[in-house]
Amino acid sequence: MTELYQSQRAMRAMRKAAMQRGVIAVLDVGTSKIACLVLRFDGTDRLASVEGIGSMAGQSGFRVIGANTIMSRGVKFGEIDTMQETERAIRTVVQAAQKMAKIRVDHVIACFSGAEPRSYGLDGQIDVHGQMVGEQDVARVLAACDVPDYGADREVLHAQPVNFALDHRSGLNDPRGQVGQVLTTDMHMLTVDKAAVQNLVHCIKRCDLELAGIASSAYVSGLSALVEDEQELGAACIDMGGGATSLSIFMKKHMIFADTVRMGGDHVTGDISMGLQVPMATAERIKTFYGGVVATGMDDRDMIELSGDTGDWEHDRRTVSRAELIGIMRPRVEEILEEVRARLDVAGFEHLPSQQIVLTGGGSQIPGLDGLASKILGQQVRLGRPMRVHGLPQAATGPGFAATVGMCLFATHPQDEWWDFDLPVDRYHSRTIGRAVRWFRENW
Amino acid sequence: MRSLSVPKRKKPRHDPAPSRWAYRFERLMLTPFFRFCLRTVVPFAVVAGGALIYFSDEDRREALSLAINDLRREIATRPEFMVSAMAIDGASDGTSEDIRDILSLSFPVSSFDLDLPAIQARVSELPSIASASVRVRTGGVLQLDIAERTPVVVWRTHEGLTLVDPDGHVTGPAVSRNAHAQMPLIAGEGAEGHVREALELFAAADPIADRVIGLVRVGERRWDVVLTREQRILLPEQGAVQALDRVVALNSAQELLERDISVVDMRLTRRPTIQLTENAVEDWWRTSQITLGTTGQ
Repeated sequence: MTELYQSQRAMRAMRKAAMQRGVIAVLDVGTSKIACLVLRFDGTDRLASVEGIGSMAGQSGFRVIGANTIMSRGVKFGEIDTMQETERAIRTVVQAAQKMAKIRVDHVIACFSGAEPRSYGLDGQIDVHGQMVGEQDVARVLAACDVPDYGADREVLHAQPVNFALDHRSGLNDPRGQVGQVLTTDMHMLTVDKAAVQNLVHCIKRCDLELAGIASSAYVSGLSALVEDEQELGAACIDMGGGATSLSIFMKKHMIFADTVRMGGDHVTGDISMGLQVPMATAERIKTFYGGVVATGMDDRDMIELSGDTGDWEHDRRTVSRAELIGIMRPRVEEILEEVRARLDVAGFEHLPSQQIVLTGGGSQIPGLDGLASKILGQQVRLGRPMRVHGLPQAATGPGFAATVGMCLFATHPQDEWWDFDLPVDRYHSRTIGRAVRWFRENW
Repeated sequence: MRSLSVPKRKKPRHDPAPSRWAYRFERLMLTPFFRFCLRTVVPFAVVAGGALIYFSDEDRREALSLAINDLRREIATRPEFMVSAMAIDGASDGTSEDIRDILSLSFPVSSFDLDLPAIQARVSELPSIASASVRVRTGGVLQLDIAERTPVVVWRTHEGLTLVDPDGHVTGPAVSRNAHAQMPLIAGEGAEGHVREALELFAAADPIADRVIGLVRVGERRWDVVLTREQRILLPEQGAVQALDRVVALNSAQELLERDISVVDMRLTRRPTIQLTENAVEDWWRTSQITLGTTGQ
């Protein structure tokens, strides 16, 4: 646990340094595209001091000054598959973004969707020292959470205290200064595969960049695609990416569950490619131009030409009807959505007071998807787009950039994580000399 | 139908990713400090270093200064900048001669080589000149506008006669008293510092002007009016003009100065005193003895 503290705190310090310098980059490493935004902080947001005007969800403090998107390379299922390829892709995208920004960026916050995230609900309970709850009490109750054995090959990505309860009162955001005896907390912890994180860290380090934070794309796309009351009342954000479909459940402005289905738009493309015997590039083009999930009578007469250059005239001049294409796409989309449904059921989504489901990500642009999703997932389904942020190019405002935009919000207004709180005093001083000795041994 | 020739293979797609070194170089070029160095410091250093190396050689330095001098002379000797004559306005002939003597310019001369402030200073040093303005007029003429001092009194000292203007500046020597007969005469040490007062006194003494020889400064503090027949009027330090007015009034009323007195002493304003001549005293004695009948015989 202490190492986690160390690394995450180091990243926090790095982010602080970046914010002081005024420039930070966010990097969304996806299966089908890699996007990079360069943010410039305008110092403190000017409107924050004016009464009655909120901080505009943290948007007023920063501006996007550089943006670039390229086709992803070497990423599969939201995890890095070929390190050299991914490193090159990151280099390309970062170079183009900082060229647009006309400034060099050294700090980057990255997110990825894969690596099998697993959610854990933790709770801890302590007796408050003295009358009032102080900083140390909060630290102690967070430390008192019994961490499950999540495995040696996994790493904690997020650990956010979701709820505090003092005696019989629950739903406290900040218990400090309140009077009570027993302090209880609920914490949501998200672990991911350690190797995937390490691969990403290594790639970013190879690009001469400092990693100032790392996030799960399920979480950040929820931050940007869900509107405020959806986050408050409870909603699920389903980010249909290229290689993985990530889902996150928000409640009281905190993420309480996240998971990933290892299927996405690339699988649909693969199905089309196999079903129509066309190359992947053609299949992708056909999918984006003519794709759909609900066939009508008109679609039987809507013929799509499949061009090819095999030299076989018969093979190169084939046509398919749009209905056939939909017939290929729909089962796969249904499969993805049913898998999502299963994950939501596991999470107990049906017990939430509000059952809003927001579909976002590049895959959510399939025409007719909202109708299909409402059949599988429930009645309250809408298509979500990321919120608008300052200076974001028009090309990066589509639903495919929900995670990228969410990263901006995550970078500027991070929610409190476990490691943002103080360590309890009794642990802080224990074995200091031993740590020092170990540090010496490791470094010399 | 497919052609039999082998279709041209497209070149293998170029990897869009920059190489590691290209990426690093690009990042370096985007570093603000490095850009500043490259844009400002490096050109400056190159130029400065080049100049330093070039001018470290003595011959090159000399050649450059020679070239600069040549260029300067070439420009300075253009006809537009040449001054060919000097015009002196507002000075008498004698003063003009003096000015030409002390400046001793040999025309034509370039206006770049004329040091106008120095010329003005030298001309202003001449005793007979109150102020001078010097400029180069169009047409290559050095124009001197002179305001001369006008002498108003002749001052007699042990060295001789000099001319003095109202401010007490000596404008020049006087050849003889007769050459300046129309100017009043003053004498005595420190007389030149009080020329204005002297002029006022001469004005006050206008009714007896035919009798006045001059003013003498006594003890560097007060004036004596010296009259013909060896008469003197001794004036006080303060209110000399009023005292002289009184004497003049007395004279016009009682013909004081026609009488046989040698000195009218006005030094004590309350008590004007007169001093008789020696003959008058004897006369007076004799007269008083006759009157009293005590001739003693």
